[in-house]
Amino acid sequence: MLSYILRRIGLALVITVLAVTTLFVIIHAIPGDPVSTMLGPRASEDMRAALEQRMGLDRPLPVQIALFFGNMLRGDLGTDVFSNRAVTEIVLGQIPYTLVLILASIAWSAVLGIALGCYSAVRRNSLGDRLTGILSVSVIAVPAFVVSLYSLLIFAVRLQWFPAIGAGDTGDILDQLHHLVLPSLAIGLSWVGYIARLVRASMLEVLGEGHIRTARAFGLPERRVILGYALRLAILPTVTVIGVGMGFLLSAAVFIEIVFSRPGLGSLVIDSIMQRNYPVVMGSVLFSTLIFVASTTLADIVNAILDPRIRSGK
Amino acid sequence: MTVLDIQGLSVSYGTPRGELRALRDVSLSVPERKIVGIVGESGCGKSTLISAIIRLMAPNARVRSGTVRFNGQDLLALPEARMRGLRGTEISMVFQDPMQTHNPVLTVGRQMIDIQYRDKRSKADKLKRAAEMLALVGIPDARARLNQYPFEFSGGMRQRIAIAMALMARPSLLIADEPTTALDATLEVQIIKRLRELQDEIGCSILFISHHLGVIAELCDEVVVMYAGEVVEAGSVRDVFHHPAHPYTRALLECDPGHIKEKTRNLPTIPGNIPDLVSLPGGCIFADRCPQRHDACTEHPVMSEASAGHRAACHLIKAGAPA
Ligand SMILES: Nc1ncnc2c1ncn2[C@@H]1O[C@H](COP(=O)(O)OP(=O)(O)O)[C@@H](O)[C@H]1O
Ligand code: SF4
Ligand SMILES: [Mg+2]
Repeated sequence: MLSYILRRIGLALVITVLAVTTLFVIIHAIPGDPVSTMLGPRASEDMRAALEQRMGLDRPLPVQIALFFGNMLRGDLGTDVFSNRAVTEIVLGQIPYTLVLILASIAWSAVLGIALGCYSAVRRNSLGDRLTGILSVSVIAVPAFVVSLYSLLIFAVRLQWFPAIGAGDTGDILDQLHHLVLPSLAIGLSWVGYIARLVRASMLEVLGEGHIRTARAFGLPERRVILGYALRLAILPTVTVIGVGMGFLLSAAVFIEIVFSRPGLGSLVIDSIMQRNYPVVMGSVLFSTLIFVASTTLADIVNAILDPRIRSGK
Repeated sequence: MTVLDIQGLSVSYGTPRGELRALRDVSLSVPERKIVGIVGESGCGKSTLISAIIRLMAPNARVRSGTVRFNGQDLLALPEARMRGLRGTEISMVFQDPMQTHNPVLTVGRQMIDIQYRDKRSKADKLKRAAEMLALVGIPDARARLNQYPFEFSGGMRQRIAIAMALMARPSLLIADEPTTALDATLEVQIIKRLRELQDEIGCSILFISHHLGVIAELCDEVVVMYAGEVVEAGSVRDVFHHPAHPYTRALLECDPGHIKEKTRNLPTIPGNIPDLVSLPGGCIFADRCPQRHDACTEHPVMSEASAGHRAACHLIKAGAPA
C-alpha cells in the first residue's frame, strides 16, 4: 500500500513539473508583455530594461523556467506587477473560497447522485428509476451558468431566500454557508445527474456478478448486500471520475464566481488575465494545476484503499 | 426421510420471443445423507432448477406450477424473510465459477465472518471458526490466509474456500452447481474426495450438478438425467449407469469411451440439437435425436418404472424393450 502511494505521488510530481513547464511556455507566448503594461507606452528603454532584469525576463526561457522552479520550491511565485504583493499570498488568500465552493458542490452532488444511482439500480425499470433517469439526463444537459442565472433570478431576486452576491461575512459561518447554497447548487446540479447515471450503470453490472449471488445465497440481508458488497465495488469508477472531474469543477467555479461576484481563484484568474498581470496569472493557474493533480492522485489512492487488486498491481 | 422433494416443478422465462419453458414438470427428491447428481447438457435447465430451489431466480423467471418441499415445508410458499433465514444455514450453495464466487474487495476472513452474522458469538470466535473450516477443506496456514483477498488464491483454493463457507453452518442440504467444472482434473479429484469426507462427517445431503459422468459415478448415490428442461431418467447410479433405460442416457454413456471411469471431462456430444424451448414440439422431446424413435413417440412419454426405484420417460419401457 505504502509503495503504491509513494509511486503515485512520484507520478504526480512528474506531472506537475511537466504541466508547469508547459504553462510557463504558453503564458510567455501570449501577446502583450507585462513590462509595457506596467510602465505604460511612454517608458524609456532604460526603464524597460531595468524592469525586465528585475523580473528576470531578459534571461533565456530555460533559465527563466529553472529559476521559476527554484523560487517555487521556496514558495516564491514572484510579485504582483501592480500592487507589489507576493503572488503566493494573493493566491492563497483566494484559494479557500474556491476550494470550499468546489468541495461543497461535489459533496452534495456525490451524496445525492450515489443515493439516486443505487436506488435506480435496485429498483430497475420502476417508475422512480425512469423518473430519475429522465431528470438526470435533463440536468446533465443544462450548463452551470444557466442554472446559476436562473437560480439567482428565482431564489435570490424573486423569493429572496438566498443572497445574490459575495461569499458572506468573514467569521460568520452561517452567513457563509448561506452564500454557498446557490453557487454550489449551480455547479453541482449536473453532477448529480452524471453521478446517478454512472453509479446506476456500475451497480447494475456489479449486481449481476457471481459474488452478489453468493452473498444472497448465504442469506445476507439485502441492505448489507447492496451497501456493503455491491456499492463497495460500484463506487470505484465514480471516485476516479470525481477526481478527474476536479478540472471541470474548477472551470465551472470560474464562471460561477463571476456570476455571484464571489472572491476566489476564478475571479482572480480572469482579473489578472485582463490586466496582463503575468505573475498572478501564473500563480493562480499553477495552484489550479496543483489542485487538479492532487485530486486525481487522491482519487487513485482512495481507489487503492477500496480495491486491494489495485494496490497489489494486479 | 427426504430432505428435498420437488414435485411437478415448471419454470418459464419471459423472453422477447415468447415464454421460454426452461423446466417442465420436474420431479426429483434428495434423501437424507445421500448425494444426488444431476447430469445433462448445457441449457437443459440445471441452473434454473437450483435457482428455483433457493428462490434466487432471474427477474424474468416465473414458477408456473409445482412444489419444492424442504424438510416438509414448501419453499415456494414461504415468506421471503423465512426463505432468507434458510439460505446459508439449512441450504447452502457452491457455484460453478470460483473466480466469481467471492467479493474481490473484501478479505476472505471478512466474508466468512459476514456469513455468520446470525450468530451472537464474538468476532474472534467467528474468525476461529472460519480458520477451522479452511483447515478442514485443506487450506494450509488458514489463520493467516483469512487476511488475504480472493485474488491472492488460486482457482482450486477459492473453490475450497467456497466449500468451507457453504459447510460452515452445517447445512442439511448442500447444492453444488458444477463446482469442479472450472478446475483441472487433479484438483477435481481432490475436491470431490474432500467433499465426500465432509458430507459424511456433517451428515448433510448434497445435490450435485455436473457435466462429468465420471465424477457423478464416483461421488453420487443417485442420479437424475435431464434433457431440455425435463427429467428423462432417475435412479441409483448403479442402475442408471449400468442399465440405462432412456436412449438419451445410453447415448451419453456410449459416447463416453471409458464408460464412466475415463476422464471425459465434458459431456459427450450427441448429433442433433436440443429443441427450441420457446416453441416446443409435441411428443417426446428427444425424438429428433433418438435412434429408436417409433410411432408411439409422437405422444409425450411419462416417467415409468424400468425397475424398482429406477424410472425413465420413454415409450420403450412400457413396450418392455430396454436395452
Ligand atoms: N434469465 C433468462 N432469461 C431467458 N432465458 C434463460 C434465462 N436463464 C436461462 N435461460 C434459458 O433457460 C434454459 C436453461 O438454462 P440453464 O438453467 O442455465 O441451463 P444449464 O444450467 O443446464 O446450462 C436455457 O435455454 C437458457 O438459455
Ligand atoms: S419415447 Fe421414443 S423418441 Fe423418446 S426417447 Fe423413447 S424411443 Fe426415443
Ligand atoms: Mg448452469
